[in-house]
Amino acid sequence: MPDAAALTVEGTSADLTSRAAAKRAGSILPLGVHGLVYAVGGKRLVNIDRLTLQPGAPTVILGPNGAGKSLLLRLMHGLIEPAQGTVLFNGQPMSPAIRRRQAMVFQRPVVLRRSVRANIDYALAAHRLRGTKRHRRLDELLEMGGLSAMAHQPARSLSGGEQQRLALVRAVAAAPELLFLDEPTSSLDPGATQRIEALVRRFAQDGMKIVMVTHDLGQARRLADEVVFMHRGRIAEQTPAAAFFDEPASQAARDFVAGGLLV
Amino acid sequence: MNRRLLVNLAAVIAAVTVLVPFGSMAQDKFIVVQSTTSTQNSGLLDAILPQFTEKSGIDVRVVAVGTGQAIKNAENGDGDVLLVHAKPAEEKFVADGWGVKRHDVMYNDFVIVGPADDPAGVAGSSDAVAALEKIAESQSAFASRGDDSGTHKAELRLWREAGVDTASASGDWYRETGSGMGATLNTGVGMGAYIMADRATWISFGNKGDHEVLVEGDPKLFNQYGVILVNPDKHPVVKAEEGQAFIDWLLGAEGQAAIADFKVDGQQLFFPNAD
Amino acid sequence: MQDFADSLLLSLNLIVSGNPELWSIVLLSLRVSLTAVALAAVIGMPLGAALAVGRFPGRPAAIVLVNALMGLPPVVVGLVVYLFLSNSGPLGVLQLLYTPTAMIIAQVVLVTPIIAALTRQVVEDLDAEYAEQLRSIGVSRLASVPTLLWDGRISLLTALLAGFGRAIAEVGAVIIVGGNINHVTRVMTTTIALETSKGNLALALALGTILVVIAIAVNAAVGLIGPASQRIAHA
Repeated sequence: MPDAAALTVEGTSADLTSRAAAKRAGSILPLGVHGLVYAVGGKRLVNIDRLTLQPGAPTVILGPNGAGKSLLLRLMHGLIEPAQGTVLFNGQPMSPAIRRRQAMVFQRPVVLRRSVRANIDYALAAHRLRGTKRHRRLDELLEMGGLSAMAHQPARSLSGGEQQRLALVRAVAAAPELLFLDEPTSSLDPGATQRIEALVRRFAQDGMKIVMVTHDLGQARRLADEVVFMHRGRIAEQTPAAAFFDEPASQAARDFVAGGLLV
Repeated sequence: MNRRLLVNLAAVIAAVTVLVPFGSMAQDKFIVVQSTTSTQNSGLLDAILPQFTEKSGIDVRVVAVGTGQAIKNAENGDGDVLLVHAKPAEEKFVADGWGVKRHDVMYNDFVIVGPADDPAGVAGSSDAVAALEKIAESQSAFASRGDDSGTHKAELRLWREAGVDTASASGDWYRETGSGMGATLNTGVGMGAYIMADRATWISFGNKGDHEVLVEGDPKLFNQYGVILVNPDKHPVVKAEEGQAFIDWLLGAEGQAAIADFKVDGQQLFFPNAD
Repeated sequence: MQDFADSLLLSLNLIVSGNPELWSIVLLSLRVSLTAVALAAVIGMPLGAALAVGRFPGRPAAIVLVNALMGLPPVVVGLVVYLFLSNSGPLGVLQLLYTPTAMIIAQVVLVTPIIAALTRQVVEDLDAEYAEQLRSIGVSRLASVPTLLWDGRISLLTALLAGFGRAIAEVGAVIIVGGNINHVTRVMTTTIALETSKGNLALALALGTILVVIAIAVNAAVGLIGPASQRIAHA
């Protein structure tokens, strides 16, 4: 990994812009979920009384398949509408201004049929960045993702890992305060996974709030500061990571950590 | 930057394609003549029209369709001059006020063509009605225009005279193609059927197969062409002046001579007979 | 069989001799059909995209309708356009009947549903992949349309070619509204129809051969431009 060093450099303009923006407009955190219900055909796939995500270190949402993790992420990011309940950002409902300060990366990277560079530029344009500022930021993001050498290649010709790195740096193009990650490494090999994790760790260090869904226990151990464990659409527990892995409070979580099957 | 270049290029191509006038549209003085396929397919109009255009500076645009459709189009005001061959229909057109006046221009004649082996035994006859009777009796295939054209109307008159009910034989030995003269000839030759055609189209037709002229010379096969100026009182868009200039030329010495001079394989196809 | 051999020789001869009459007909054909396709694209692509991303009552019916209109019979289109442009019709004052413009109008009517229907399919498929990502970036549904069209450009090129194929090959509509007037509205297909009716089958077939060659040339040109434009777009 020739540019591993670049990935761990701290104190770039990214976090400066991020913090400055937060200070200027007031934070969108904490994120509060109240009485959230998402149902399909009368079946409640997500059913959460109360959940609060504080600014700071990463939160990892764990749980078996079908627990409603990805749905919860989409509900919080406003991609789908709940049947009942609210998602509030520092007390405010979702608005275009609030959306501009959060981003999401999907399990399968969605890369536009353009060059790597044009993919990032697309997000910068959507966030109305212009001129030299936009150019500088573009180069910075390419370098951050280790993508500078392939900037002019069609994004679709990249490997899975490279495409996901592109999706990641594109997501943070406008230095969001809150970043949702939906199993971003589930289809990647260990090397590619490592590079994604390095980027995520760096974003977290820069002060970005990471909310990540995974069912990879090892990844959760490596990244999580706090674990939210979901089971059958509900929050089974919300605990500091260390405590969760030492001694899960709920039976479901104990079975999950022990590798027992449960649905 | 390059993308913008590409978009600009596409825009320029589009603009040029749409906006640059069509070359031959440049001629601003023109009339539209609604005419029949026989005058066009025989090559007559291609031969005589340039002479008129050269003299008058008026371009003549010919829409060649069946007589029925030509008359209908003229009634809609979609032509300045009507040049067709169905005298009763033409007289009605004038009587109904759609046309100013009808003039005889020229004639040719119809012939009945058929396969060389002549299953109905009509070869050499100069009695069209008797020949049709024989075709009906022997139930030999007969391909009809079936398109309300001048030729079709003339053919139906002869069947009526022969006392043959073609409607009941339709689809059996009597086959209506519903198309122009050329298409009907193609079909009829392919089926080995008898066909009534105007001599001009037949002589210049390029796909005769083993068909030949079997019946000709009956005065009833006489095919008169008429020319009419579409009535500008009905349709103010009609270019009465230019249209009349064309009619005058066609009926005058020069036009009549041009018609007589037109030959295919040394044969004169149309015979001028303006009053 | 003799006709095939004759026509091949004849078409070669026509092409090689650079017959000016022939070239003016070919040029008019290309001009009418390319213009029609360009206009149909301007109308059909946004229409197709709107059907793909829009959510409104009657949308399923509208999609069925557009798909069905792909099969419009050219003669019917020709007749309807004729009735509109005729001096007895509502648009008679425009004096467009028997002009290349009338032929373009008829072909636009024929081609627009094809481009709209294919665009709808392309954009809808792409939207299924892109919708959440674009929403996440903060791009509205309406604003996502240009993105979807641009990213679907290779597939849309095929839609344009399908439209062009339909336009350049049809005879039923242009012969009615154009009138097949020599030097004014005579295009490849109406010339072929005319020569067939004259019984000049070899010449008709030769012209048909040339039409096919033109169609292949246009498709090949687009095939070359397609990847090239992709490279440019990525540069």
